[in-house]
Amino acid sequence: MITGAQAMVESLIQEGVSTVFGYPGAAICPFYDALRSSGIGHILVRSEQNAGHAASGYARITGRPGVCIATSGPGATNLFTAIATAYMDSIPLVVITGQVETRLLGRDVFQEVDTTGAAEPFTKYSYLVREVQEIPRVFKEAFHIASTGRKGPVLIDMPVDVQQQSLQFAYPASVDIRGYKPRFKGHPVQVKRVAQAICAAKKPLLCVGGGVHAADAAERVRRFCEQCGLPAVSTLMGIGVFPSEHPLYFGMLGQSGFRSANRAVEESDLLVIIGARVGDRAVKAPSALEQATEVVHIDIDSAEIGKNLGATIPLVGDAGAVVEQLCDQKPSGAWEGWLSHLRELREQEPRPYTEKPGVVDPRRLVETLSEKMEPDAVYVADVGQNQLWSARYYRARGGRFLTSGGMGTMGYALPAAVGAKLAAPERQVVAVCGDGSFQMSMMELGTAVQHGVDVKLVVVRNNRLGLVREIQQNRYGGRETAVDLSGSPSACGIAAAYGIPAWQASDNGSLGQAVEQLLRTKGPALLECLVDPKEATE
Amino acid sequence: MKRIISVLVENKAGVLSRTAGLFARRGFNIESLAVGETEDRSVSRMTIVAKGDERTLEQVEKQLNKQIDVIKVRMLPAETATRRELVLVKVNADQQNRGGIIDIASILNAKIVDLSHATLTVELCDRPEKVDLLLEMLTPYGIAEVARTGMVALQKGSEAIRTI
Repeated sequence: MITGAQAMVESLIQEGVSTVFGYPGAAICPFYDALRSSGIGHILVRSEQNAGHAASGYARITGRPGVCIATSGPGATNLFTAIATAYMDSIPLVVITGQVETRLLGRDVFQEVDTTGAAEPFTKYSYLVREVQEIPRVFKEAFHIASTGRKGPVLIDMPVDVQQQSLQFAYPASVDIRGYKPRFKGHPVQVKRVAQAICAAKKPLLCVGGGVHAADAAERVRRFCEQCGLPAVSTLMGIGVFPSEHPLYFGMLGQSGFRSANRAVEESDLLVIIGARVGDRAVKAPSALEQATEVVHIDIDSAEIGKNLGATIPLVGDAGAVVEQLCDQKPSGAWEGWLSHLRELREQEPRPYTEKPGVVDPRRLVETLSEKMEPDAVYVADVGQNQLWSARYYRARGGRFLTSGGMGTMGYALPAAVGAKLAAPERQVVAVCGDGSFQMSMMELGTAVQHGVDVKLVVVRNNRLGLVREIQQNRYGGRETAVDLSGSPSACGIAAAYGIPAWQASDNGSLGQAVEQLLRTKGPALLECLVDPKEATE
Repeated sequence: MKRIISVLVENKAGVLSRTAGLFARRGFNIESLAVGETEDRSVSRMTIVAKGDERTLEQVEKQLNKQIDVIKVRMLPAETATRRELVLVKVNADQQNRGGIIDIASILNAKIVDLSHATLTVELCDRPEKVDLLLEMLTPYGIAEVARTGMVALQKGSEAIRTI
């Protein structure tokens, strides 16, 4: 017989978990006590939300569920932003929360909150474990649900008394949930129809989304495009599926994307969307698009097909599996004219670099960073102007680009970078954030120092909430409200307080050297780049 | 457009709130929802009457299917289903008008199930249209209270919606 807490830890071991992210509290203490001698590494974050983001960064690099832990009540509610962030971007997480004793549930006792109820809209599934014998099955199912089909966060709420009870532990070998049988392969008839549509198209275009990364199918998608000579664009979440210089790749679409990519979408007569949910920032007017273009929508979640955009041909399946099936159909066409037209569009793309005294051009900053980073490095962009500059000017060369796409959660970059680095210690990991987002999670510098996590942090500083300021400039008659960040500390000073080396760059000329110095430094390091507050995100 | 959706779900805690929450969250219009155990005690059947255009109803079906605890979702066209709803109506009734109410009940095959000095309680189990008609006919007398169960339905003929 072992305790429930030991069974939780043993289940994690059975799932091959080696690192977890968390913050302890009274209701999760039995689990922490069992974790001590387990060999599983625990990364103590400085706020529960960041445990979720770190687990998200970890999951996106390993492809396996990231595990985060918090106590009941405020511990759990602090996690919610991170859970919702992961849910919107289909990132697999297993979230473990402590809960008050089962006999006290519903009595509003100290640190009690209805965690599963409150998290319901943004978890793929959740469990409130009332019987200790359920632990092995619940954990097995949670990892299965989080990591299959459309991936996402699964929450396990563990009352403290259940953690203390005893059980005979046996980890199930398989899962059988009768209501959950996600489709992996595409229906052969639909696959044929898609291949025929591609062959019949005069101006076909592939649009890749985060689902391609989730399926670990970037290479297969590239091979498919190369095999048939099919041009492609990507969503924000699909950045990195193609290297930026790939001859068949025409950039990111959407509100903040390249004009050439948006023109390509408008002019295409067949749009093949794969692993993307046609969010409002990617496609502004889906009803106009579905009338102008034939749409093939390939997604593992059938509910995404037809939700925002009507599809001529729906195809449900895993991006990788479906692309392999499509490859076998060997679709092809005479698209040379279309391709050369797209290349012309790409060359006309404006590059509004700026050269101003005392400040750095954020576009050059992102380009310099991505050129000087190792090709397989992980670039984690935060949210705000820095995200849009990053998305547009990041040069993918085989690395990964991580960001909070659907939720647009400020403060994501630093904790997610910590998670990504722990997932792949051999890869360079750089987080880029604004001075607003930096101050939402700068306490995680402590986590990086304590656990020796070698992340590089770039703070784009304009003393403003730049993106909100831009919205106010463009749509609210230039009346700036609550966007001035006066009173912020020096990022270099904050780094110094944590014993982290830091530099400041304040002109384009010194940018290259500053970035090299940052990347060369061993261990966590920070570069603060001064940017003109009036700089726009184009 | 109105649709009857028959949904087989796991008979366990939280499933009803998840399903109801889904409708609220996604802005789907729900006219009624009736739930109860089936021949298999581990399975409940929800009969949902939802309103919306073709695209919305397709989304309703897909979002229901996506729920882990939902085992099967089936749209039931009204003409292929046996549909029933139970209603209890308490009508204001004195000695003068009691007879009229009893006539209406008898024409519609409804039963008088309770009687007081000032009221009559009528029970009807029939198609929802008949329930509506009963309520309409009783309205002039003054309805004191109504309890409706929401519609339940099974498809006609030998075919059944099964969990496997």
